[in-house]
Amino acid sequence: MASNRSFEIGTGLFILLGFAALAFLATQTTRLAGFRAGETYSLKARFTNIGQLKERAPVKLAGVTIGSVRTITLDPRVLDAVVLLDVDRRFAEIPEDSSLSIYTSGLLGDQYVAVKPGGSPDFLADGDEFILTESSVQLEELIGKYLVGGNDGGKAAAE
Amino acid sequence: MKRVPRELAHSLGGFLADIGVMGGFLLRLLSALPSSLRRFGLHVRQLWFIGAMSLTIIMISGLFVGLVLGLQYYQALSQFGATGALGTLTALSLYRELGPVIAALLFSGRAGTAITAEIGLMRSTEQLAAMEMMAVDPLRYVLAPRFLAATIALPLLCVVFSAMAVLGAHASAVLWLGLDNGIYWSSMVGSVDFGHDLLGGVFKAAVFGLLIGLISVHQGYTARPTGEGVAYATTRTVIHSAIAILAFDFVLTAFLM
Repeated sequence: MASNRSFEIGTGLFILLGFAALAFLATQTTRLAGFRAGETYSLKARFTNIGQLKERAPVKLAGVTIGSVRTITLDPRVLDAVVLLDVDRRFAEIPEDSSLSIYTSGLLGDQYVAVKPGGSPDFLADGDEFILTESSVQLEELIGKYLVGGNDGGKAAAE
Repeated sequence: MKRVPRELAHSLGGFLADIGVMGGFLLRLLSALPSSLRRFGLHVRQLWFIGAMSLTIIMISGLFVGLVLGLQYYQALSQFGATGALGTLTALSLYRELGPVIAALLFSGRAGTAITAEIGLMRSTEQLAAMEMMAVDPLRYVLAPRFLAATIALPLLCVVFSAMAVLGAHASAVLWLGLDNGIYWSSMVGSVDFGHDLLGGVFKAAVFGLLIGLISVHQGYTARPTGEGVAYATTRTVIHSAIAILAFDFVLTAFLM
């Protein structure tokens, strides 16, 4: 029976090692490590174009992640994209005249929602909607504008 | 010329029959499982022999796979000035593909063959027949514990493999080639998802473990009771496991994406 006991201890250690490895990977190398989703409240925003924004994309204020995109839906009447944001309770004091923009991290990276704080003394509460939003900048649109407007620019420079 | 379609149909029929036989065998194993759990010591013993004893090869292989990934990705990414993505690339390829698949292939070579050889030898030395004579169901006391141990052990081994490989890639990319330590870890944190990437890989490993357990137990149980028959069954275990792992990997990846 003594040998049976040592098998049990060894097997227990083996299982423990497996879970320790899982815990190591989960806390050091996955999104669990960065932004912990604690208590959140939801805010709404409408965009005319969300570009490549995906669900679970980060919401940042001054570059710090304060939440994530929960859902993206299309309002069938107004034909706007309705984006629901989960924002951490710790950041409950966002002025109600703050504006939202969709930016790209790096030149070709993923898109995220950036909050530019306003100056109002009143704060956004659970379920409130951002009034000021700025759509994502489409690279193709910019290139198109540049190509079409290129002649004008050339003339203006020549004069 | 007429023979080709007929042979094709014949081998296709054989393939379908094999799948049917394996499905039936899986059901028999699963129905034997609950009553075999009463002899818990058997399971613990098998988990030790099949799982814990495979740790050495899994850990060493994981370390070297990680070391090589660090070198190769650094070389390839530095051409585009994108070495900052090395951590992401390493973690994603390990958790989603390399970890489960390589661990499973190693596991079938280390543990699957041992299971087949052991059961095949029990068959050829008529130990299984003796058990049946004593009204002891070998399916319950010999096959089911090994099958379950393989299914439980492989996900654990897969995670250990990935952890060793992440450390290995850290050693070659950060400690040797001079990638920034913070960038290595933070690029992983930024883009690896716990549920989808890490647990998805662990789920894959569990399916592979079940396949390896099923194939190796079945091959041992149905081996011809000669030395040659056992050798043949052991070879078939490795071949069938490898093909099953890679085929199911494709199917699971298509579904998990």
